Amino acid sequence: MDVVGLRERIPLVVAVLVRRGADFASAEDAVQSALLRALEVWPQDPPRDPTGWLVTVAWRAFVDIVRSDTARAAREERVAAEPLPGDVPSHDETLRLYFLCSHPSLTPSSAIALTLRAVAGLTTRQIAEAYLVPETTMAQRISRAKQRIAAVRLDQPGDVGTVLGVLYLLFNEGYSGDVDLAAEAIRVSRQLVALADEPEVRGLLALMLLHHARRAARLTPSGRLVPLAEQDRSTWDTAMIAEGVAILQSALARDRLGPYQAQAAIAALHADARTAGETDWTQIVEWYDELLTLTPTAVVRLNRAVAVGEADGPRAGLAALSQVDPMVPRFAAVSAYLHERAGDRETAAVEYAEAARRATSEAERDHLSRAAARLRDR
Amino acid sequence: MTKYLMLKHYRGPKDYVENLPPSEWAPGAWDAHVQYMDDFADRLRETGEFVSSTALAEDGVWVRFDGQGRPPVTDGPFAETKDLVAGWMMIDVDSYERALELAGELSAAPGAGGEPLREWLELRPVMEPAPTVAD
Repeated sequence: MDVVGLRERIPLVVAVLVRRGADFASAEDAVQSALLRALEVWPQDPPRDPTGWLVTVAWRAFVDIVRSDTARAAREERVAAEPLPGDVPSHDETLRLYFLCSHPSLTPSSAIALTLRAVAGLTTRQIAEAYLVPETTMAQRISRAKQRIAAVRLDQPGDVGTVLGVLYLLFNEGYSGDVDLAAEAIRVSRQLVALADEPEVRGLLALMLLHHARRAARLTPSGRLVPLAEQDRSTWDTAMIAEGVAILQSALARDRLGPYQAQAAIAALHADARTAGETDWTQIVEWYDELLTLTPTAVVRLNRAVAVGEADGPRAGLAALSQVDPMVPRFAAVSAYLHERAGDRETAAVEYAEAARRATSEAERDHLSRAAARLRDR
Repeated sequence: MTKYLMLKHYRGPKDYVENLPPSEWAPGAWDAHVQYMDDFADRLRETGEFVSSTALAEDGVWVRFDGQGRPPVTDGPFAETKDLVAGWMMIDVDSYERALELAGELSAAPGAGGEPLREWLELRPVMEPAPTVAD
């Protein structure tokens, strides 16, 4: 059965139940039990209207949940008396579910967990496995997040920027186990694009697609990091790149630039080059200048210094780097690379070693240690 | 969203008056110490920040490969009891500040006299898989 198609209906069904007066936590539980029921029943007896089926079964499950709570007897009467929904729910309701799951009162990890559960429809076990924490830990994290937003009434639309921030964090979590979180982030962002016609939503989706398209080239089969310039570009997913570029162009045409569109434009320029040597570094620097006016952060300045180094030579790159806070992550790695290209191998070796010590992943540490060893050997 | 390992060493600060090995603590003091850590772990389970926790026995040896076809070399108990890693707890938290706060709390587990032990903990971030957006 099409489990992904099933999961795509989840936010809609949760939103209908919330709209009809269910509290968020009960609505979400009711939809989960409806999904389990669908997995049992649909293979033999597929419904003509899957969403309607899910709404009806979830609503009954919700009524059961309320009924089992004897302290809520009065509410049960009221709820049971209401007719079953027959109307097609509106997109606005689903959009509010996104806002609810990434509400500013939640910590980033809670917001991501709740989004994966209520919007993406993953089970608690799947989310726990993706984050390598015990299932009970993840269950608590989700349940506390639900409690925290229990009293939140979204009468006003929330901030799309907050939702985008959560989806971007989710994408950056990468993947482990059988759930690919980057692919989940893309899937959920596609749904968001259909709900919220904002250039920045498209910008984020384009950015994700353009990075995701290069994923196969980024690591060797043994897990070793491959720098952009050395990647086998024939393994890049050209269809995904074309889609990302098309989405980005439709966003840029609206003439409301934001940081995700600017980052996607940079990613598109990399994706566009058939060889590393053909990369249009001058235009990349221009996009970094745009990005810097939108988000003047040390990380953007650091990346800009790399681009300047490629466009105008390593000395210019080092000059740009001197304007960057040395405490920013990966500063030493960038400095080492620019010093190596400028011919100062001794400084580069020392800095690569320093960068390796500060690396936050095995693959990165391995890559930087090799770079240091390569320079020392000659 | 970053995992941290808190390593317990039971190395008391130099100025700590009750710097005794647990075997010399008053009856009940060790139980109180363990209870504190259990309660601490339970609270982290509730907040969704708990990953795992394990105590280690005091027995240990150095082991080394000694050439093909030969049994590994062992060198007996290798260090003083106070230098052994006594156990660990792994947490998954949103920020370094939160990790520091929790490590401080764990370090305050009661010691021989029921006062905070103020044991040294080693706090180390766990390396994660390579991030997706990095070229």
